[in-house]
Amino acid sequence: MSHKIRVATTSLAGCFGCHMSLLDIDERLLELITLVEFERSPINDIKQLEPVDVGIIEGGVANTDNVEVLREFRRQSKILVAIGACAINGGIPAMRNHFELKECLEESYLDGIGVVNPMIPNDPEIPLLLNKVHPIHEVVKVDYVLPGCPPSGDTIWTFLTELLEGRPIHFPYSEIHYD
Amino acid sequence: MSNSRFVIDGKDIPFRPGQTIMDAAMAAGVYIPHLCHNPDYASTGNCRLCLVKLNGRYVSACTQPAIADSQVDNQIDEINQQRKTLLQMLFVEGNHQCPGCEKSGRCQLQAVAYYVGMLSPYFTHFYPRRELDASHPEMVLDFNRCILCGLCVRASHSADKKNIFAISGRGMDSRLVINSTSGKLGDSNFSAHDAAASVCPVGVFLPKHKGYEVPIGQRLYDREPIAQVGDVAHPNHQRDKK
Amino acid sequence: MNRWRDIPQRSDLLLQYLIDIQQRDSCISTESIQKLSTELAIPAAQIKSVIEFYSFLHTTPRGHFNILFSDNITDQMAGSRALMRQLCQQLNVRQGDPRADGRVTVDTTSCTGMCDQGPALLINNFPITRLDSKRIELIAQLIEQDTPLEQWPAEFFEINDNVHRADILLTHNTEDGDALRALLEEGAETLLQRIGDAELRGRGGAGFKTATKWRLCKQADAAQRIVVCNADEGEPGTFKDRVLLQSYAAQVIEGMTLCAGIIGASKGFIYLRGEYRYLLDSLEKELQRRRDAKLLGNNILDQQGFNFNIEIHLGAGAYICGEESALLESLAGHRGIPQKRPPFPVTRGYLGLPTVVNNVETLMTACQIASHGSDWFTDKGTRQSAGTKLLSISGDCQQPGIYEYPMGTSVSDILIDCGADGPQAVQIAGAAGQTLCHREFKRKIAIEDASTGGSFMVFNRHRDMLDMVQNFAHFFAHESCGFCTPCRVGSTLISNLVDKLYTSHATQNDLRDIERIALVMRHASHCGLGTTASNHILDTFNNFPDAYQRRLRSTEYTPAFDLDLAVCEARAITGRDDDDAHIVCPPQEGFKP
Ligand SMILES: Cc1cc2nc3c(=O)[nH]c(=O)nc-3n(C[C@H](O)[C@H](O)[C@H](O)COP(=O)(O)O)c2cc1C
Ligand code: SF4
Ligand code: SF4
Ligand code: SF4
Repeated sequence: MSHKIRVATTSLAGCFGCHMSLLDIDERLLELITLVEFERSPINDIKQLEPVDVGIIEGGVANTDNVEVLREFRRQSKILVAIGACAINGGIPAMRNHFELKECLEESYLDGIGVVNPMIPNDPEIPLLLNKVHPIHEVVKVDYVLPGCPPSGDTIWTFLTELLEGRPIHFPYSEIHYD
Repeated sequence: MSNSRFVIDGKDIPFRPGQTIMDAAMAAGVYIPHLCHNPDYASTGNCRLCLVKLNGRYVSACTQPAIADSQVDNQIDEINQQRKTLLQMLFVEGNHQCPGCEKSGRCQLQAVAYYVGMLSPYFTHFYPRRELDASHPEMVLDFNRCILCGLCVRASHSADKKNIFAISGRGMDSRLVINSTSGKLGDSNFSAHDAAASVCPVGVFLPKHKGYEVPIGQRLYDREPIAQVGDVAHPNHQRDKK
Repeated sequence: MNRWRDIPQRSDLLLQYLIDIQQRDSCISTESIQKLSTELAIPAAQIKSVIEFYSFLHTTPRGHFNILFSDNITDQMAGSRALMRQLCQQLNVRQGDPRADGRVTVDTTSCTGMCDQGPALLINNFPITRLDSKRIELIAQLIEQDTPLEQWPAEFFEINDNVHRADILLTHNTEDGDALRALLEEGAETLLQRIGDAELRGRGGAGFKTATKWRLCKQADAAQRIVVCNADEGEPGTFKDRVLLQSYAAQVIEGMTLCAGIIGASKGFIYLRGEYRYLLDSLEKELQRRRDAKLLGNNILDQQGFNFNIEIHLGAGAYICGEESALLESLAGHRGIPQKRPPFPVTRGYLGLPTVVNNVETLMTACQIASHGSDWFTDKGTRQSAGTKLLSISGDCQQPGIYEYPMGTSVSDILIDCGADGPQAVQIAGAAGQTLCHREFKRKIAIEDASTGGSFMVFNRHRDMLDMVQNFAHFFAHESCGFCTPCRVGSTLISNLVDKLYTSHATQNDLRDIERIALVMRHASHCGLGTTASNHILDTFNNFPDAYQRRLRSTEYTPAFDLDLAVCEARAITGRDDDDAHIVCPPQEGFKP
């Protein structure tokens, strides 16, 4: 391959677990580095998003900032990938969908255990929460999904190598799981 | 013995009169995906995952009596794709946060979804609000995961003779309810030893005071697909031992 | 529990008791449930599960005047939605919520079978038809004055037959008892043969051979057999059974009695949809009249041991209860869930007994064949479809109503007869049926061609076919019984996607999703509701692609929900309204219904 494919990653309402898993492909990371170039990513702390071949999103959409970042990724990425349970179905953060947003905020900032100075933050600097947490495919078009919480290093490796080789992506049984 | 036979995906299957396609296939060790079927109880045919083609016509294997010399298509792409869609419907209908679910790894919904290669629920999530029922001393019910298969209803009715569970409502408002004055499990005569306590194919019935006992990697469906492992209520290794 | 006070309590009458309580108290209270639970030894939760299944039953009070506007597409085309808004405004009430003083509730319901004289509504289960703005105004006044329903103008409640074309069935009246005398003179086997020779097929939609059904039931091994008249007529756009029950009830009941005599049944039921409750009194009177005339009851026509009694059971707002196995569940007092087959009702039906379920028109026709002979019937129709068929014609035509045609009549001939002006589509066989476009108007009404249970809705060229699609999509999402996955979830997914399309926010991708779901519903559903619920979508995809294309976004994708609206709760809680408190959608992406 003459030029490296350019990859950017980010975490929305997620726990960075998927990013940890990305690093967990071990020594294959070295091989990977020869094939891909990481643009904006928490891995290298580049903040500016340039056009990339592949954008990888961890985490669901919980607030206005998530929406903005996600749409920027969609605009700049040829291929957009949802990685992990949260990006795919909202994951653990979506468990707040069982409650009204008001209840969640009151529990966290007013009535919860150990709250000092009770007040629901309303600083314009802070992104507002959406009524519900959504998976990213409900906000932008998603091209590929990588299930798992987090997906294993092997799953990620299968995905990246097959994508790079332009093959249809096929995961062996042990590489599909939702937890 | 009878010499009636039919063919599933090219394989010859013997059957006795009165057996369904599912009965005969299970006896012959041929896996047809299913969730609401459990050989201990009369089949009803509600999950529709055992969709097969019988001489070119779509039927559910668990309710359709086997027909001599018929051809049944089971593992073909056309059916697999539709099973995937059915599973995606079930996943978006309820709240399935597998990473936080005690049943994960030995959940039949999950296992069948792995088996057909479902990577995501795809459709728009409904995120219904459903209450937990923790009123019983031995068991918590998390309705978020109920797929309305009716197995607990059938088990409580026919095995336990208690009729503790019923399905109420209509359409998307259908839900599992409990026969007790307060509507809570704690007020019913349910016991954790009831047959109904162990038939749920998903993670609604969660015994209290224990959980997450088997490490990830060693759980029922971690290494081998459900086609080899068998149902959660009747794993093949148990059957082999019997 | 007036209707049932003279007979001992039976648990299979649960639904009937509930309907009576609802009618009396305008809801079914916890105390009523407890009382029934004790008396019938049915757990309270199970009783509640029945209440929650049927649209006409409630655990919280409806208004003293409970108004339900028929929401079929034909009612909508005749302006029902605007009339409902007018009534809500005049009464100062929100759709669906009882007014604070408990006086009135205004809501919608699935097709009430008055399509030829709509827009229509039900008030405390009595139909008022031919609504217009003036009538609505009067209704509002009567409600404000709390005038009892009995004192409302009688013409409000007039229901017309509107028979515009009668053929053999509607013109050859039989003498009372003719069919039964033929049975007694010639014997059951001869009569069964006659029905078979007439090649009568079920008029309820499925077209199963009636004689075969009766024979199978007769042959089933049992001490008792049951005859059920399916008068659920829930298919949107169908109302011919209503006319038969109103004006030809004697022959329908004689058809049931004939069937009973042939197969050896001693008990029968008329399952009358709740929307037709207004016919209950006249039907009960007709039953009594026939008992007095020895045409019903014990020792019919003095034949020792020819006993047949009929009970009328009411439905309570559930389209699925027209499906025969769901109907039998409902008759037994349960939720109307379709059962697996086999076993078929002819071997295991009502309470496990062999049961014949026939449509109203089938039974009436059988009665006529018994007296007039099989040739009388086969002289009409085509080789595969004998006889005539009643059509309920509504929508964009000058003379909506009942038309009896020989099988094999072309759609275009019918359109001319009913005065359809510039039709672009005919929805045949109801919401579950087929959408025929102009080039298919040469097709013929027959089992082998354009098969129909009787509904025939006309759409002129000014109609937006997506109005129909949306109406039907909502109908099926509302009426799915919820038993099986594809129909329960699929019908709601489709309904939501059609709404997205309707508000011009859908993309090609959403259409692909609709099609995928529609096909899975068709292939994988447990019963006829689910397997036919997406017909209208798949047909209009083919026949009216423009109705879809015109509303599509040119982008590949739009969000599944309104992004800015999704921040409304947080804005309200924090009091913020700055720019960052909103999500701006580029015009191509936005989702704002
Ligand atoms: C969803 C659904 C609704 C139905 N509704 C009716 C109905 O309202 N009236 C009717 O006669 N048949 C209805 N049918 C057909 C019945 O299941 C059954 O075939 C019919 O009553 C048999 O009578 P027949 O042979 O005289 O037509 C319905 C079927 C389905 C699947
Ligand atoms: S029930 Fe199964 S599919 Fe649902 S959350 Fe639990 S493990 Fe996942
Ligand atoms: S609780 Fe479990 S067994 Fe019972 S209906 Fe729901 S999914 Fe089925
Ligand atoms: S197809 Fe629909 S109506 Fe029929 S059983 Fe399934 S959910 Fe119920």
